[in-house]
Amino acid sequence: MAGASWPPLRAGGAERCSLAVNDLWYLAGGRALLSGINLTLGRSGITVLMGPNGAGKSLLLRVVHGLAAPTSGAVTWGGRSLNEETRRNIALVFQKPALLRRTVAANVDFVLAARGVKDRTDRRNELLETVDLANRADQPARLLSGGEQQRLALARALATDPCVLLLDEPTASLDPASSLRIEQIIALVAARGVRVILVTHDVGQARRLADDVVFMSHGQVVEMGFADSFFSAPQSERARAFLDGRFVL
Amino acid sequence: MQDLGGAIQLALSLIVSADRNLAEIVSLSLLVSLTATALSCIIGVTLGAVLATTRFAGRGAVIAVVNALMGLPPVVIGLIVYLALSRSGPLGFLGLLYTPTAMIIAQTILVTPIVAALSRQILEDLHVEYDEYFRSLCLPHRNVVAALIWDGRFSVLTAGLAGFGRAVAEVGAVIIVGGNIDHLTRVMTTAIALETSKGDLALALALGTILMAIALFVNGLVYYIRCTALRSAYA
Repeated sequence: MAGASWPPLRAGGAERCSLAVNDLWYLAGGRALLSGINLTLGRSGITVLMGPNGAGKSLLLRVVHGLAAPTSGAVTWGGRSLNEETRRNIALVFQKPALLRRTVAANVDFVLAARGVKDRTDRRNELLETVDLANRADQPARLLSGGEQQRLALARALATDPCVLLLDEPTASLDPASSLRIEQIIALVAARGVRVILVTHDVGQARRLADDVVFMSHGQVVEMGFADSFFSAPQSERARAFLDGRFVL
Repeated sequence: MQDLGGAIQLALSLIVSADRNLAEIVSLSLLVSLTATALSCIIGVTLGAVLATTRFAGRGAVIAVVNALMGLPPVVIGLIVYLALSRSGPLGFLGLLYTPTAMIIAQTILVTPIVAALSRQILEDLHVEYDEYFRSLCLPHRNVVAALIWDGRFSVLTAGLAGFGRAVAEVGAVIIVGGNIDHLTRVMTTAIALETSKGDLALALALGTILMAIALFVNGLVYYIRCTALRSAYA
């Protein structure tokens, strides 16, 4: 994995990788699942979305990607509203990736072909090398272990050459070793200039990866700030309770 | 009328000696049913994929109609095709009545709803699984359909084989539009009906045996494909 040449090194996040969310509401069944979210994220680094179950983290990730349409409010990337063009720069990795019923290599090839890449072999090999799956290229993707499947999902996401990578609990239910590999890949990707927004429950993982943190509860952003200050001196009681491992309603 | 033992013996000798008349009937049966199945797969899988991946007003009604057409009696299809192809019918100028082409048309109409309904269900289940991922990639609809058909190919193939089983075993439609003409439109099922009525059980039994063998082969093939696909995690 070390020394892998993919993704390409970026000079720093492009303007199109900065996110602005203004007064975002998402209502379902008469209930506000997201309530007046306001958020501004810079063009580079790793932002961790944290919070208890049902806080609205995964939903927010889907809304900023454009997979779910908000009831009201605006999402802009680099000042541009969500459309197919902006969305094509954003890759999303799901908690349970839907792997195609094909080989590992064919899963990556599918994305490269969809993006119009002509010479796919080299790119695919680089990507599989990056996620440590080069030796599993010819195996059916569905026979991979949970950690390997998630790494393949990462490779597919990187195959779109994204400027933003959204990750929805990519290490949920993985063992520590598999989680560590995923974290290494995320760190590598971020170091190469891809803007990362990561949803996680894992406080330890957030401490290891986050440049800044957005803490959510009950569909609202409770607190946000640089990771160091958030973890050393959380401002809200809910965030303190969450970090201390106390139950948060 | 032969006794049963003698008829079975004669039937086996016809099969073993690859009797010319028998071979001709079997070949025409396979030609008609395989062609009809191929055409049904092209039309049915396309229709199934469209129904599986698109949402429009009245979609539920269309699905209900396609499902209902699976149980359409072959004689009714035969009658409709007969009326269309008869000299006074709208397609009478084509001169297709009592030809293998007419039989292919009838069987295609018979099998298409089966392939379409089964494909729709298979591809819709797959679409539910892939939908969010495909939307996250902003894939064009044609790419979505192509990917679903490719990934569901083993299951779709079993739908096609089920359609072939229906086509090769039906008698009502082909006897009406084909006329059961010797050396021209006589297929296994119509020949069995005719030879039985004539009391020539040997040929009827020989054809019945081959028909059963084909049915068993098709079912075995479906089972094998499913098992292989599951073992390889492609299903």
